[in-house]
Amino acid sequence: MKTLRPSKRELLQSALALLAVVASPFRARAQNTEGQSEEFQKLLLSLTQGVKLKEGKIQISMPRLADNGHSVPLKLSIDSPMSQEDHVKTLVILSPRNPRPLVAKMNFSPRNTKLNMATRVRLNGSQSLWVLAQMSDLTWYAKSAEVEVTESACLDAS
Amino acid sequence: MGARILIPPSPKAGDVIDVRILIQHPMETGFRHELSGSAVPKNVIRQLKLDFNGQLLLDAELGTGTAANPFLQFQTQLFESGWFTLSWVDDLGVEGTERVQCNTRAS
Repeated sequence: MKTLRPSKRELLQSALALLAVVASPFRARAQNTEGQSEEFQKLLLSLTQGVKLKEGKIQISMPRLADNGHSVPLKLSIDSPMSQEDHVKTLVILSPRNPRPLVAKMNFSPRNTKLNMATRVRLNGSQSLWVLAQMSDLTWYAKSAEVEVTESACLDAS
Repeated sequence: MGARILIPPSPKAGDVIDVRILIQHPMETGFRHELSGSAVPKNVIRQLKLDFNGQLLLDAELGTGTAANPFLQFQTQLFESGWFTLSWVDDLGVEGTERVQCNTRAS
């Protein structure tokens, strides 16, 4: 006889289904540029020429919470041998919610060393910071990192 | 404007070293106002280059999203002694350069 109470298996199945629905927006975030500012989209298109962004290779290390948006430390490392044949051609840092989203665009010479770099960025409010890397085979990789900014840069009246 | 290139004092030939660049520059965004109400014009270091013995290591284009007094750190491998030369130019056309000597030791 079937009771109205769900069995343990049914409960588990529905819990898993719910989890999948809740977690879906977090999957494949690196390539998903929807919901970002128009300025950012335009800039992204002009940089990548519409080439699809791949996930991986980039590690971002920055504070989850920044008290002050004027100077937020940012550390990057990119998985690349940096040899003549296989290196990072261009590294781009973007902040979608800044009035001018381009933070920096850098070219490092291939010197067979790891690409570890650090800088300090200025952020206009909480946002996801984007790092794009174009490899020597012209593929683009992207990674974003969420950062909460308590006091925005760009808005002070002083 | 002052700038500094920070490198380890005497690296071994073949060592991978951290190179740190620090330039004194306000990196004005153009969105800031004086107390009198007049806007402070945008003025950022738009281009920065670092080379070692004439070999280009880093070529960067900076925007308003780079914090005031830009700081950059990266790694490179050194095989011989020589000079690091940093040069930059801002939106007002003001150029700057800084040089630092690096002596590698054999062992």
